[in-house]
Amino acid sequence: MRERLEQWSADIPFKVKLGMVWGVIALIVVFLFSLADFDVQWMLDHLWFIAQGLPWTIIICGLAIILAVTLALFGALGRLSNSAVAQGVTGFYTSFFRGTPLIVQMFLIFLALPQLAPPNLPGLRDSLTLTALQAGVIALGLNYGAYMTEIFRAGIQSVGHGQVEAAEALGMTYRQRMRRIVLPQAIRLIIPPTGNEFIAMLKDSALISLLGSVVAQMEIFRRAQLVGRADFRPLEAFVVAAALYWILTTIFQVFQAKLEQRLSTGYVRTLRVSTQPGVELVESEPA
Amino acid sequence: MTEPVVRVSQLHKSFGDNEVLKGIDLDVTRGEVVVIFGRSGSGKSTLLRCINFLEEPTSGTIEVGGVRLEPGPRTHRQREAIRSVRIKAGMVFQEFNLFPHLTVLENVIEAPVTVKGQDRAHSVAVAEELLAQVGLADKRDEHPIRLSGGQKQRVAIARALAMEPEVMMFDEPTSALDPELISEVLSVMRSLATETQMTMMVVTHEMGFAREVATSMAFFHEGLIVEQGPPGQVIADPQHAQTKRFLEAVL
Repeated sequence: MRERLEQWSADIPFKVKLGMVWGVIALIVVFLFSLADFDVQWMLDHLWFIAQGLPWTIIICGLAIILAVTLALFGALGRLSNSAVAQGVTGFYTSFFRGTPLIVQMFLIFLALPQLAPPNLPGLRDSLTLTALQAGVIALGLNYGAYMTEIFRAGIQSVGHGQVEAAEALGMTYRQRMRRIVLPQAIRLIIPPTGNEFIAMLKDSALISLLGSVVAQMEIFRRAQLVGRADFRPLEAFVVAAALYWILTTIFQVFQAKLEQRLSTGYVRTLRVSTQPGVELVESEPA
Repeated sequence: MTEPVVRVSQLHKSFGDNEVLKGIDLDVTRGEVVVIFGRSGSGKSTLLRCINFLEEPTSGTIEVGGVRLEPGPRTHRQREAIRSVRIKAGMVFQEFNLFPHLTVLENVIEAPVTVKGQDRAHSVAVAEELLAQVGLADKRDEHPIRLSGGQKQRVAIARALAMEPEVMMFDEPTSALDPELISEVLSVMRSLATETQMTMMVVTHEMGFAREVATSMAFFHEGLIVEQGPPGQVIADPQHAQTKRFLEAVL
């Protein structure tokens, strides 16, 4: 019996088997949900409302990742510099934002920041009072920038010393060296982990819901909470939210894999279409 | 005699307690090819690396094409002086150090465009000429990974030449190459010396090349130049016991 089962299994392609396993898991989940009074109609009715949070989630993370990348770049250059000021400032920055919870940072920026303004300067106080969205973007950017500083630093350091020396020997300034030689090479190593950070950030952006925000600017999870609680349908609401995050992260993973492939130019010998007639493909070999 | 292109005076360099250069004096005049040889660890490479301040000398002065350099804090003025020396002194490394993210042509035009601010079209024209000169015109659009070691080193030579240096410094240019690839690099260097009268400082163990091309040979021993003279004299009739011993080992 076991022998026959194994024989039978051996004839099925691995990918098909993998698909079957996923299918079985899906069936079990559907079965459990059907037992649990899962209101599909309610879910469909509110899908659109929750999905309207998608663009906000993407905008939040898009802005935050731009901030984070900028901070990480300067953070890494600072940590690698000889200047005591640059090292001190970036060291303090990464230590604080890596050493405290993101949610605390969000509340610090959203609720505590305005309090920093002296009472006799109401104008300053007003400008330090941010919307939930603004505070969320800044907190995410600062927090992820601190983590990504290490990613950028490792990427920059991975570019061989010979590259730096060759650039120096050609008379390049520090800026020219970084912009033209080091960073374009470091970027290859920086992009994959940065993609991971972005995907992690998509998920962490749900924390912004805890700051509360006006309906027009609500991201996915805040919307799910709102309708799920109002109608006592948390299961349906959060399943929708989870599915949306899942789809989003999956799309970005595919996108990231493509990007990584493109970045390998100059590092991987690739097959090229030959210009000679009769030769379809030539494997490039050093002559 | 014309003014020297490179003048090194009383150059000292220590790494911690280890004194690698113990007072080097060396003049290189225009059109000269100085071959620097000696055992590994004798300070040959360090001398080249001190001339363009890839290593900061401990003391002494460097003069390249009329620009004088002394070790000191990297102020703005010092950095600019170092850069102008680097632009005047092209360098070819043992490990080539081509920029892997750029094509061959881009490697060659990078510094002329970025550092000198030259017009791109003009730089491309010059680069194509230089690539033809080193026999690699057809490789202009390849990335370095698709080149052999000898080809890489010839691109590296073209890259350094593109800056129109007053002197070319070669730091063991053939030491990382497979034996069968050495001659293609040496022949490019030879024609550079004989056809374009390039001023050159070459750290190498290739005594055949030295005999044929060098106008002067300097033997390094424990951080000092112990013997210097035309190759006919140094190779045929070495005066110093250490030179004699070294030549016996490599010839």
